[in-house]
Amino acid sequence: MSAASIDAPGHAPSRAWLLLLLRARTFVALILVLAYFSWAAPNFLSVANAVLVSKHVAINAFLAIGMTFVIITGGIDLSVGSVVGLTGMITGWLVLHGIDPGFGWSIQFNTFEIAAIACACGILVGAINGLLITRFNVAPFIATLGMLYVARGAALLLSDGRTFPNLNGNPEYGSATFPLIGTGQMLGIPVMIWLLALTVALSSYIAHRTRLGRNIYAVGGNERGAALSGVNVRRVKMFVYMFSGLMAALVGIIIASQLRASHPATGEFFELNAIAAAVLGGTSMSGGRGRIGGTIVGAFVIGILSDGLIMMGVSSFWQMVIKGLVIIAAVVIDQLQSRLQARVALAQEAAG
Amino acid sequence: MTGPHPVGLSIRGAVKVYPGTRALKGVDFDIRMGAVNVLVGENGAGKSTLMKVIAGVEDLTEGEILMDGRPVVFRSKEDAVAAGIGIVFQELNLFPDLTVAENVFIGREPLRLGFDIDKGEMARRTQALMRRLEQDIRPEQVLGYLRIGQQQIIEIAKALAEDARILILDEPTSALSPQEVEVLFRVIGELTAQGVGVVYISHRLEELIRIGDYITVLRDGAITGSRGMAGVDIPWIVQAMIGDKSKDYSAGISHAFGAEVFRAEDVSLPKPGGGYAVDHVSLSVRAGEILGLYGLMGAGRTEFLECVMAQHPRATGRMFVGDRPLRGDVAARIARGIALVPEDRKRDGLIQILSVRENLTLSSLKALSIGPHLSLRAEAARAADYIRRLVIKVASAENPVSSLSGGNQQKVVIGKALMTGPKILLMDEPSRGIDIGAKAEIYRAMRRLAAEGIAILFVTSDIEEVMGLADRILVMAEGRLVREFPAGAPAAEIIAAANTKKQREHAA
Repeated sequence: MSAASIDAPGHAPSRAWLLLLLRARTFVALILVLAYFSWAAPNFLSVANAVLVSKHVAINAFLAIGMTFVIITGGIDLSVGSVVGLTGMITGWLVLHGIDPGFGWSIQFNTFEIAAIACACGILVGAINGLLITRFNVAPFIATLGMLYVARGAALLLSDGRTFPNLNGNPEYGSATFPLIGTGQMLGIPVMIWLLALTVALSSYIAHRTRLGRNIYAVGGNERGAALSGVNVRRVKMFVYMFSGLMAALVGIIIASQLRASHPATGEFFELNAIAAAVLGGTSMSGGRGRIGGTIVGAFVIGILSDGLIMMGVSSFWQMVIKGLVIIAAVVIDQLQSRLQARVALAQEAAG
Repeated sequence: MTGPHPVGLSIRGAVKVYPGTRALKGVDFDIRMGAVNVLVGENGAGKSTLMKVIAGVEDLTEGEILMDGRPVVFRSKEDAVAAGIGIVFQELNLFPDLTVAENVFIGREPLRLGFDIDKGEMARRTQALMRRLEQDIRPEQVLGYLRIGQQQIIEIAKALAEDARILILDEPTSALSPQEVEVLFRVIGELTAQGVGVVYISHRLEELIRIGDYITVLRDGAITGSRGMAGVDIPWIVQAMIGDKSKDYSAGISHAFGAEVFRAEDVSLPKPGGGYAVDHVSLSVRAGEILGLYGLMGAGRTEFLECVMAQHPRATGRMFVGDRPLRGDVAARIARGIALVPEDRKRDGLIQILSVRENLTLSSLKALSIGPHLSLRAEAARAADYIRRLVIKVASAENPVSSLSGGNQQKVVIGKALMTGPKILLMDEPSRGIDIGAKAEIYRAMRRLAAEGIAILFVTSDIEEVMGLADRILVMAEGRLVREFPAGAPAAEIIAAANTKKQREHAA
């Protein structure tokens, strides 16, 4: 699974090289797309553009990280796009109105509290997904598909389908810093990119250096076997869906802050981009395999591809075709790689 | 009734070589028409291989198959079916969501104009088959709602629908209730009366003696006995099955047992259809003792181990480790010193996609962590330690566990169980599907562990294994413990004990 397994007995160096190349394919793809657009699209390599692209990528990357964990356990979370919309609307509501208990006065919150409440809502939706899947045995696809509609409907109900405008916050309540989440900078780098870096670090740590992470891979690899080995399968699944909900809430907050408005249709089809990024990064839809680093690279490939194509003036229809082809090609190559890898490992065992 | 039954198919000098083993070593076998040809032997004796050759699933390395005196070659299962050979494998190959008629004619539906499935014809022919098999099953019934026994009958109907002249039944009764066994025997009787040659494979010796006309015994890929059924008794079969050789796996380590480590009292598991899969089982194991739980397939042995490992919420009874009751989920039970080596490595024992290291440490991650932080260095060291101790042959601990041979995979499962520091090790068919060499190594490891003071409770349907390894033998049949034997008890008595219960049930 790791790079260590290919430096053993090297009687097939060419195959080992091919394997290395295949394993790093997403990275190779990233370099190729970058190189191509730097050459083909003017201004693509400018700092301003880099910041813009990375902001676009970040939105998708948050969701894709949550999605990666879910897919590694063998599940899927289709509700994230709707949860982005719902938590965005909750954020907008809290900034504009606070909470009105109905006694003629209202509770107002500062920026930090607003973000915390929205995140809690995202986690709650994830928890409901998790409960449906672990307690009521609903297939993840169906449970989260239902939640996709429920959450979107709830988002529309919050404002009767209207947009919450002018989310500038109020200094009196301590919420004037709200727009900074999506637009502020620290040391010349956008706040949301810092947030992403933090999330990537944390989730990579969870994936590779904690019991929880190992259990996530084990559940996806063989649920029964994991359970018999003492892994608490339900708890692991609850975690991944709640984590995915949290990621969606972060995106909802960031978008509301960026636009200083929240619109109930925000986040439509985001779940598909997140799945695409995870798959492009080498996450296996049958579970047990995937890496956070790969998913981030996958998110960059998709983000750079769409931004680059826009800058080149390619029609949006062609953009969709190209994006689809890239995803399919990624999976085809993925299959080739795992077959080759299995053969190399078998050859090693036969030789050893 | 060794009457004049013509030979319908015979195999001469059959040799089948798999990488590393010779599964068949020059076997001669005749199938007589209009009679029940019984085939018996220990697990791994070559029965399944022989049947697969006849059914066209496997090729012979050497030797030939003769039908009506002429040599034939089956390149595929279709060739064998065309020659009138039907086989009902032990595992059912049915589609639970399709109807009975659809299952019977799967892949060979009667067609109108070459594309339109003739449902009426299908139903009519299925109805006729059901009448022939004395079954009150409607063709349009969805198969999944039938009892397992009835599903087995559908498998047989499937073979009959192909006009099988030779019908091979591989352990057909392991899932059947006594009444269903009676029906099956009546059906077999009618088939033989119609001239069909039946090959019947089973571990239930009483059953074989009752239904068989001819018996052939296989041991280690060679025929050790072949005759008409008249005068055959269980001691004769056992003698032919295991021979005089007494394999000594123990290597003579003798040691005193310690205090009682594990005790089960009145453990029961109700079956969905009524009755008990595990019927009020009570037993206890002492430190350093190897307790063998012998029984035929479906005797409830695996289910008992699963009860101990918290896999059946509906199980009742009490269990104790030391003097404290055993409760909680799997992780809690592992923490109390219980470890399970499951029967099915692929399905229950391993996470195939993960590396050898990750599989070894999966149950022991807590001990390798400080808070939530998992120490990869400690983990790698611990994994390397167990690879060395269990002599697991692996080029790199980072290779996926699926790349190992069966014996080495089994050692990984055992290593995972041992790493939790168990007081009692539960092993379900510890040597299933691994070669002789690896088997001996695993037996040696079990002996060593017992000498170190671990209690071992292992389940097996291999008589040699239980006789060679166990310090004490418990025999289980139909969910109940029927008898206890000391080490060195005669094999015939142990095998008879595993069969007796069945017999008494018949009488009742």
